[in-house]
Amino acid sequence: MLETILNYSDLSIFLGLMVIGYTCGTIAEKRHYKSIIKREKELVKLMVVNAEGRFAEGAVRTSFLVNGSTVVSNDYFKRLLAILRNIFGGRVKAYESLIDRARREAILRMKEEARSKGAHMIVNLRLETSTIGRSANKKKQIGSIETLAYGTAVVMNRP
Amino acid sequence: MILTNVGSVPGKKIVEHFGIVQGSTVRAKHIGRDMMAGLKNLVGGELKGYTELLQDSRQEAMDRMAEQARQLGGNAVINIRFATSSVTQGAAELFAYGTAVRVE
Repeated sequence: MLETILNYSDLSIFLGLMVIGYTCGTIAEKRHYKSIIKREKELVKLMVVNAEGRFAEGAVRTSFLVNGSTVVSNDYFKRLLAILRNIFGGRVKAYESLIDRARREAILRMKEEARSKGAHMIVNLRLETSTIGRSANKKKQIGSIETLAYGTAVVMNRP
Repeated sequence: MILTNVGSVPGKKIVEHFGIVQGSTVRAKHIGRDMMAGLKNLVGGELKGYTELLQDSRQEAMDRMAEQARQLGGNAVINIRFATSSVTQGAAELFAYGTAVRVE
């Protein structure tokens, strides 16, 4: 057993990384989705719109900028899947869920910041995505992805 | 200093415009953090070090923008937009711009 592993050390390292990536990645994703859904339910009362609000004079006490961001990266296994997907084309599911997760997390963080400062609603939400990190400039690899959500939190005089 | 990303300051009247103000910063994390991020790339998930770094730098870019607006004599920045770009490997540029105004 050990001999075969040593004989094919390259292959076994590769397989090991794949297994680690798959198990850790899947567990982390499930856990993350659970916490996202739970927090989204808690924060559903805090309104977020992506239009500029028009307010009557004297209705607004203060307004300030809030933002939330996340940097995420995919696991080894899913990255491999995505590379394979590049050959045949089609939906890259591995990355769809990753970006979805990151964006929802960013919005949640923004909402949490707004709530802790006592805001009643958030207007003019903007979302942005960019790639950063070591492999950001290489075409082939998708490096770490940053998602940013920002908007103007408004505190009303009369809630 | 009031910062908003809508075209006006909600509930307040704009009395004077001062034009575009901007702030930017280019930052990199030290090698240890980069290596940790590399390891984290195996299992996927959030890279906390980078999130922290970007939040700090974005704050700094916003501070610089606000400082510029203050020097012009404004007390608010409206219509703020953010942009991120990677200039070299391992470094990110955070950029914030908006319109400096004076409100009542």
